[in-house]
Amino acid sequence: MENKIVLSVNGLSVAFKMYGKGFARKELRVISNLNINVRKGEIIAVAGSSGSGKSLLAHAILGILPGNAVVSGEINYCGTPLTEPRLRKLRGKEIALVPQSVEYLDPLMKVGKQVSADKAAVKAAFERYKLADSAANLFPFQLSGGMMRRVLCATAVVGNAKLIIADEPTPGMSKDLAGRAMKHFRDLADAGAAVILITHDIDLALGYADRIAVFYAGTTVETALASDFTDDSLLRHPYTKALWRAMPGNGFRPTAGTQPYAGSLPEGCLFAPRCDKKTQECTYGIIEPREVRNGEVCCRYAS
Amino acid sequence: MLLEAKNIKFGYNKSRLILNGVNFGIDYGERVALIGPSGCGKSTLSQILAGYLKPQAGEVLFDSKPLPRKEFCPVQMVYQHPEKAVNPRWKLRSTLAEAWTPDAEFLDDMGIAPEWLDRYPAELSGGEMQRFCVARALAPQTKFIIADEMSTMLDVITQAQIWELMLRQIQQRNIGLLAVTHSMELAERVCTRIVRFEELT
Repeated sequence: MENKIVLSVNGLSVAFKMYGKGFARKELRVISNLNINVRKGEIIAVAGSSGSGKSLLAHAILGILPGNAVVSGEINYCGTPLTEPRLRKLRGKEIALVPQSVEYLDPLMKVGKQVSADKAAVKAAFERYKLADSAANLFPFQLSGGMMRRVLCATAVVGNAKLIIADEPTPGMSKDLAGRAMKHFRDLADAGAAVILITHDIDLALGYADRIAVFYAGTTVETALASDFTDDSLLRHPYTKALWRAMPGNGFRPTAGTQPYAGSLPEGCLFAPRCDKKTQECTYGIIEPREVRNGEVCCRYAS
Repeated sequence: MLLEAKNIKFGYNKSRLILNGVNFGIDYGERVALIGPSGCGKSTLSQILAGYLKPQAGEVLFDSKPLPRKEFCPVQMVYQHPEKAVNPRWKLRSTLAEAWTPDAEFLDDMGIAPEWLDRYPAELSGGEMQRFCVARALAPQTKFIIADEMSTMLDVITQAQIWELMLRQIQQRNIGLLAVTHSMELAERVCTRIVRFEELT
């Protein structure tokens, strides 16, 4: 496990400057106190509720947040801070992104050209994702959702990236293809890349990832080993357990309530309003991450 | 048959038919899952069944009649990407009003907070917006829902919540369901019958 840490994010916070009534300015904090790291040769899956800041983390790492974002905290790449000039050199080469939305494709450009100018590289990448050669000459609107996803994956892997951030690469792909895409990320990791895999499909990710970071309302609540996701007693945080129970294969039981809105986060533990084990202790202060059974958890009661 | 597709042919260009003689029927009281590889034509078939695309040959019958062209269509769709199914410049109140104006009780049932009505799509998360798309599709005249990967982009808790809301409504009102999905576990949970796309031609 003492492999080289490729990317470490410590105490990251992201806020958006917004205008309220009149000239009043307010800051909407969407990520707070977030920690994550990924080592060489490792896949870390980032799971959690929609709107918990998973994609924002990806955008923060790549420095492509909108102009009104205020970022604080540390992002280190290979041991040194990831500054704007450094990012400009690395982005798209050593650090690659598979974006979340198929709308990242240029609608007026044939997809082959969007993947790479090098025709041979396009051919190889397409073959890897079982796309026909002829698909390179089609425009995005002529492809199905799953095919567009595969084109996005191909875009990120034509180069020789050391850090790959894949933001929901598989929805719309059939089981078989999604598995193949995951296997491909696994191969890239085994060849020495570090992969951050943002996904909702925990089931799928479990077969390929080494660790799972669970996000809730803009912060990491737990980092667990993939092997912990075999029984909810091995999981540490009540939210992770709730996720586990809601999976179609494990009961399909939803927990009531919704994640708090960024403008009105509760004091103390962010999950407390929905947690059936909460006490007075959970409603104040910052709950620091601590080590529990080879994982990290932000809960005062986890054991 | 409640919803029936007869010998549907469709292609986006002339040289390549995506659907070549598809026959498909869903009976009263059934909830059917449609499963198939990426790019095989599941979404295209869904859009034909909902009347958004006109097949080059064949016909779609709802309750033994063709789909109405000028009035409210009893077959409604919920899509995979809610942000692409709503007007980004409208508040969600207007988006809902496109179809109907639900009362407070229904909105509460759907887990929609009243203050969300005055927000723009960019100010809601995917799961929150998808609730609006489900609510919009469940207008009183709706008799059939096609859910094209409607929960793929959502986290598992929200997915379970949305399906719970949807199933409660369609069971109460005896609405038919076609769920397009890649997840066998989900199909087994939600549907009464699972159809593979390859079986249709």
